[in-house]
Amino acid sequence: MLSLGSVGAKSTKPSFVSYVTPEEIKLEKEPPKIEKHPDLLPGEVEFCCANPILKYTQDDMSQRGIFGTLFCTNFRVTFISDEKSQEETTKTFKNKLYGENDIPLMCVDHIYGVYDEKKKLITGGLVKNKYPSKMIIHCKDLRVFQFCLTFTKEEDAKKIFQGIAHHCLEERSLKCVFAFSYSGTPSPEMQRKWETILFDSPEDWTQEMKRTRANCRLVTENENFELSQRLPKYFVIPSALGDLFSYQGKGFPIWCWSHHSGCALFKASLPPVTQEDGDFQKHLDIMLNAVAHNYLYSAKTEDLSESLPTIQDIQQSYNKFKQFFLIENSTDFWLSDVKWFSSLESSGWLDIIRQCLQKAVEVVECLEKDNTNVLITEEEGTDLCCVISSLVQIMLDPYYRTLMGFQSLVQKEWVAGCHAFLDRCNHLHQKDKECHSPVFLLFLECVWQLVQQHSPAFQFSETYLTVLSDSVDVPVFSTFLFNSAHHRESVMKAESPLAQSSPLSCPTVWDWSVQFDSKAQNFFFNPLYSEKVKHEKAVRKAHKPKHQRQLSLPSTAFKPPSKKGFFKDETDSLKKILRVKRLSRWMGSPDSPAATTRGFYESWKQRPLDYHGLLLPCLDGPAVRVWMQRYLRWIPEVHIMGGGSVAVMTKLMELLSQVQDLKRVLEQRDSSQAVKLDHRPYIQHRLLSFGSSGRLSSSFPFAYSRNRSFKPIIPTGLMQSLMVTDSLASQEDEASSFVSLV
Amino acid sequence: MEKSGSVDSVESLVKAGQSKRYYSVNVSVELGTSLSSCALISCSSVCRSTKTPVKANFLFCQRNWFRIPVFVVLYYIDFCTSSILMVLKYVFIVCVSTAKDVTYICPFVGPVRGSLTVTNYRLFFRCTDREPVFGLDLPLGVLSRVEKIGAATSRGDVSYGLACKDMRNLRFVHKEPEDSLKKSVFEVLMKFAFPVSNNMSLFAFEYKQVFPENGWRVYDPLAEYKRQGLPKESWRISKVNDHYELCDSYPAALVVPVTITDEELRRISSFRAKGRIPVLSWIHPESQAAVVRASQPMVGQNGRRCKEDEKLLQAIMDANAQSHKIFIFDARPSVNAAANKMKGGGYESEDAYQNAELVFLDIHNIHVMRESQRKLKEVVYPNIEDSHWLSNLESTHWLEHIKLILAGALRIADKVESGKTSVVVHCSDGWDRTPQLTSLALIMLDSHYRTIRGFQILLEKEWLSFGHRFQQRVGHGDKNHTDADRSPIFLQFIDCVWQMTRQFPAAFEFNEYFLITILDQLYSCLFGTFLCNSEQQRLKEEVPKHTVSLWSFVNSQLEEFVNPLYVHYPSHVLFPTVGIRHLQLWVTYYIRWNPRMRPQEPVHQRYKELLAKRAELQKRVEELQREAANRTASSSSERAGSPTRSITPVQTFV
Repeated sequence: MLSLGSVGAKSTKPSFVSYVTPEEIKLEKEPPKIEKHPDLLPGEVEFCCANPILKYTQDDMSQRGIFGTLFCTNFRVTFISDEKSQEETTKTFKNKLYGENDIPLMCVDHIYGVYDEKKKLITGGLVKNKYPSKMIIHCKDLRVFQFCLTFTKEEDAKKIFQGIAHHCLEERSLKCVFAFSYSGTPSPEMQRKWETILFDSPEDWTQEMKRTRANCRLVTENENFELSQRLPKYFVIPSALGDLFSYQGKGFPIWCWSHHSGCALFKASLPPVTQEDGDFQKHLDIMLNAVAHNYLYSAKTEDLSESLPTIQDIQQSYNKFKQFFLIENSTDFWLSDVKWFSSLESSGWLDIIRQCLQKAVEVVECLEKDNTNVLITEEEGTDLCCVISSLVQIMLDPYYRTLMGFQSLVQKEWVAGCHAFLDRCNHLHQKDKECHSPVFLLFLECVWQLVQQHSPAFQFSETYLTVLSDSVDVPVFSTFLFNSAHHRESVMKAESPLAQSSPLSCPTVWDWSVQFDSKAQNFFFNPLYSEKVKHEKAVRKAHKPKHQRQLSLPSTAFKPPSKKGFFKDETDSLKKILRVKRLSRWMGSPDSPAATTRGFYESWKQRPLDYHGLLLPCLDGPAVRVWMQRYLRWIPEVHIMGGGSVAVMTKLMELLSQVQDLKRVLEQRDSSQAVKLDHRPYIQHRLLSFGSSGRLSSSFPFAYSRNRSFKPIIPTGLMQSLMVTDSLASQEDEASSFVSLV
Repeated sequence: MEKSGSVDSVESLVKAGQSKRYYSVNVSVELGTSLSSCALISCSSVCRSTKTPVKANFLFCQRNWFRIPVFVVLYYIDFCTSSILMVLKYVFIVCVSTAKDVTYICPFVGPVRGSLTVTNYRLFFRCTDREPVFGLDLPLGVLSRVEKIGAATSRGDVSYGLACKDMRNLRFVHKEPEDSLKKSVFEVLMKFAFPVSNNMSLFAFEYKQVFPENGWRVYDPLAEYKRQGLPKESWRISKVNDHYELCDSYPAALVVPVTITDEELRRISSFRAKGRIPVLSWIHPESQAAVVRASQPMVGQNGRRCKEDEKLLQAIMDANAQSHKIFIFDARPSVNAAANKMKGGGYESEDAYQNAELVFLDIHNIHVMRESQRKLKEVVYPNIEDSHWLSNLESTHWLEHIKLILAGALRIADKVESGKTSVVVHCSDGWDRTPQLTSLALIMLDSHYRTIRGFQILLEKEWLSFGHRFQQRVGHGDKNHTDADRSPIFLQFIDCVWQMTRQFPAAFEFNEYFLITILDQLYSCLFGTFLCNSEQQRLKEEVPKHTVSLWSFVNSQLEEFVNPLYVHYPSHVLFPTVGIRHLQLWVTYYIRWNPRMRPQEPVHQRYKELLAKRAELQKRVEELQREAANRTASSSSERAGSPTRSITPVQTFV
């Protein structure tokens, strides 16, 4: 047989019709009719179910699948296979709350219905009596589920489809979120085991100020949200700011972090200036003045909404971007593979990541090199301000590169900092599209870029970031459920069963034992992390992490910053006393920020790298990459069997465990060391039996082995990729007969 | 070769450079009598201040006779591992021309002033006005083009550009020397960069470094076929090409089915392009499915047939009892294969070859690949346009070509491993796309080829002995840079291997530096390995006798090239993922000249640290155990009396 590669490739997309008729199936699948029910979580209620439902397997183009029952509960959509799968039990990285075939309701992104081979997006209104033959669910964690509804009874199919559509798509109230019904008993070990600083008490803030040696003022006047409902309960402001109540309704410069030189980073919400409003100008001057007083009377300010994409831009870009990973079948995969790079570029997502990192580097430069106070502003002060301020802190402060430090940072800047998680993540399926935006995910993406460029500097792994990004959409935790501290407190009070006594307590996401057992949690730690060499005495003390002082650039604090000509005419008086500048004024100036930070980056790069010092990302085109683990983990076509970074990680873990074993042997031998000094969670790296790594796939620990034989994935549609139109393609292969050009 | 003079003393350490690598020292040298005025000498000495032995270094002599103040650059040991410097330790290189006050227009840091020295082997530029010390050091072999840019300006400046085969361009500006007797650097470059065009021999023939191992003995075809477990009952090693009469681009030893006689082979050779008949490349140790390589059949427009050729393919199929089918993989796009019929070539028709299935792999020809490489160079050098990086990269099609080659090899490997079917691979002449495919498929199928020595054997076998036209494709020492025979075929293959090492970081014994070294030495013309177009030519030129093999160099310092993460799985087949999503541009090769893209610390660095740590701890545990054993022995005799047993405190922090 003569098969032309290009011909095979043109094969049509598989239709959405099953080639097996229901009758045939019935014959095969008749006898074992055992009613199966999902293991419900405490507080979980089953709404409806349907059987038999065919769940298509994604691996191949054929329309094969597994039969089972589809349930919809108040927590999730779940599919239970009629066959018992063994893999489920043997998996090392199992989420206790939801499994391979569970979709938390909050995690549903879009539902498509296939009506007469036409794929339609299901919106709330479209659910009438008609139900589709096939239901496709796109999840926020990028899984794609395809269920065939034609084998079950019509009324069941209708019920389950409408049930799922209703619970996943209709606008609803916060009260209906599963977290308020969930009554999982917190595990005993949970209590503060992780020691993440939650920043919900004045002590946390005082401690943090002490750690960074900040010289600012803790505000407790907002304890009952009398100052503002959009502000945290407790926050820190420059000590020079006067009576707070006189600025009511306007933003405050909120302290984020202090550099060891004394200068600090502040953020503030600032309504966009439409006209030269005198009142507004005055308020800005007061804020700047207060910020500048913090250290050496110099301050720079930057309106992030001027130089960074808006949250709508971010949303749009991400919507385009994620489409490349929501792959429904192999043909689509290989077709989209051809234009992969240009598609990526057109989404602009990587460019947004680059812009955010770039901006963060600019701020880092001000703090580290010029020792200037920086005030970043934006309309709300809780979106891009959070992204930039958290990134700056990660780059400058090694404490935030530890797992606990990172979690505390998220608490400080995002959760206590009043990022509007509820609106941004659209947990309630509101129709108002304006306020949805994956800002927090954008932040995690930026962190991932840093992690992959400087892996040994981070105590946590990329798996940790991926899991964290998934956990945003698990409606069990209170962490990402609210729009602000005030919102959290009022809802928690109202929803508490014992309204008078104590507010309801939901687990925080940082209690990882709710989702994973301790074995699985080991995947959160980066085996490459190069811990700081500490002396034993220091270990005892360093329990409260100290600010690192080494590796700062020579302080230029007492020299006027060398850059000229970017003075903003704030007010005449200010101009005289202060060196106040607007960062954004650098735009359009001959040396663009990219060019100036380039020099900063290069001088940093020339010095030997210290993982416990300043860390800067490389922002050149090839350096900003796609977060493979998060985005490609469910696509079987790109799973590298027996390869991928897991191969390296297992080897490293093995070696680390040997080193730790040896160390323990030494410790045991040393009776004088009866008191264990090492407080950090002991990581048992040996959980991955090494022999198995040859069979692990690159998407480990996320992808589930699908009983796939060890076979390669042969691409289809190769010829479409390369339409070489110029004459070269038809040139003779051997050039000896070809007239030489010279 | 002249004898080198001896260096008497390193007088003083003038200044220690900021950079770790360089030390500048002024020395006086008494030179031997036969030394020319401008010379580069090598010496070994000890850096006085730090007592660090300096393995290799070299001197720049200025134009004075006898007592010559020379400028020395001493390299640290870590830098000595660079091949070029190892060379200098032993070899006397004639410095042909030095020009002072040259400006190198560096695309990354701007103009740099310094001196430029050209020897018969390489070009060396050292800046004089910049800290940290900045230098350029490249073998002349990497130059593909040397040209003057513009006319001499009124100030007498000449500007010339050097296009390199390793993805960079260099530009120098300097004053035309007043001394007309002295040859200009340009002329010297033109002469020594392209020795072949000037009827001179390549530097590899001058290079006389002695290594503990002789790399020319790495590959022994008979031993290799024995390793594969060639079954004697179905395959034989034919001597028909012993004197390269059957096919001058094939090796002397050919493996064919036992049922085919030498006479039949001769007849087949007239039916296959350039006489490159189907011969065995690899055989599966269990299923005995074979990978066979060939060139295209000379079918022509009239559909010529060859009884013996058909019989041969049938015999190949019969040699494998597991399958009643044979796959013929034609690497070309079907259109090109069909077009070849016009020129007498073509592909196997299904009428003539029963039980054979023909598959086209859609890989483009050398000209398309050359063009793709040219575009890639434009995109990556010197500056990268960040905002359009991805679409620019896509427009080069480089990774798509890589994908197609890998996908082709994957299909071959799949048929052999999963289908247990023998395969025949060919393109047009069977010396470009065919070795790409067969060698990649072999790497996937046979873990031996993933070791350092196995990989050397693979290159020696599939590429060198089977006549990949290295001389033509690379254009060693040839100034005709527009030659349409040049093409980055071998580079693509190494890129594919690199992609596989990225996907399977623990499956290869060698590291990235090994692959880069091979590519650098491909162009450098320092070793004889990649010279000439075929085994026959190399023997005729007596290359193994007069030159050093790259493998001599590599195998003498294996530790440099070892991947610490390597795990040896004996029979482990690798199936890489060929989606563009998992292919990456080889930044550390293609963009290595850009200082911003240099990697900071590779993972295996940390791994090596851990290995060292483990060794250290193991030692300490053993010591303690010994100590404890001694103590229990002594304390039992003492009758456990004293509770205050002093134990050496051990520090246990990482």
